[in-house]
Amino acid sequence: MSIKPRIKLPAEAKKGDVVEIKTMVQHPMESGQRKDSSGKPIPRKIINKFACTFNGKPVFETKMQPAISANPYLAFFAKVEESGTFEFTWTDDDGTVTTEKAQIKVA
Amino acid sequence: MRKSELSRREVLGLGLAAGVGLTLLPGTADASVENATKMLTDLIGSKQPQPGKIRIDMPQIAENGNAVPLTVSVESPMTAQSYVKAVHVIADGNPDAGVATFTFTPMSGKAEVATRMRLATTQKIWAVAEMSDGAVHMEKTEVKVTIGGCGG
Repeated sequence: MSIKPRIKLPAEAKKGDVVEIKTMVQHPMESGQRKDSSGKPIPRKIINKFACTFNGKPVFETKMQPAISANPYLAFFAKVEESGTFEFTWTDDDGTVTTEKAQIKVA
Repeated sequence: MRKSELSRREVLGLGLAAGVGLTLLPGTADASVENATKMLTDLIGSKQPQPGKIRIDMPQIAENGNAVPLTVSVESPMTAQSYVKAVHVIADGNPDAGVATFTFTPMSGKAEVATRMRLATTQKIWAVAEMSDGAVHMEKTEVKVTIGGCGG
């Protein structure tokens, strides 16, 4: 299954601005509570962790349970003091890590 | 002479509980406020959560429990001296009470997060904020659900 993250944040900001970052990744977030047509439980498979860093420093992190909806969406904020790179990681139950980066120019 | 130890009220209550369990949460653990309370104790120990400082934005009525928008924001200057360390979200009517834990740093700038969550049934959502000075705050909000979001 391909996981395609989508990130939305401003390309530019002023020093000290608090910017909103919106992220979404395609994932079924299979809860482990459903059964298939023959009554067999469908095994759990979710993104259990999301993390965002800016120039290597932690900004925001989320531990997720099956109660988070499919295609997990997260919107949060970051205070930027300098230009740099946001790095986003999504960790799947099976150990797969999806990474995405985004730049911001701070004047 | 008593044939049964169960009163009429208890029997009715059991039937109701079983009915709810079967319709909404097939083959899963009991959803209950008890589970949610246990989870809260696991998270914050014996601390007594204070009201205030937290705002939970959710619809009062959710037609589809599969993806209910949730925004939690906590009042805080978000400086190195005083910031929100974590926000835990608990659902007291889902098969598992845990929803998510959001961890902030002073670099977050603002203690606010939005996501979409599953609700199995009408229930209360609890948001618990742990502050950097050790204080704990909690707020709850009720959402009525028309179609549950845990599948069958």
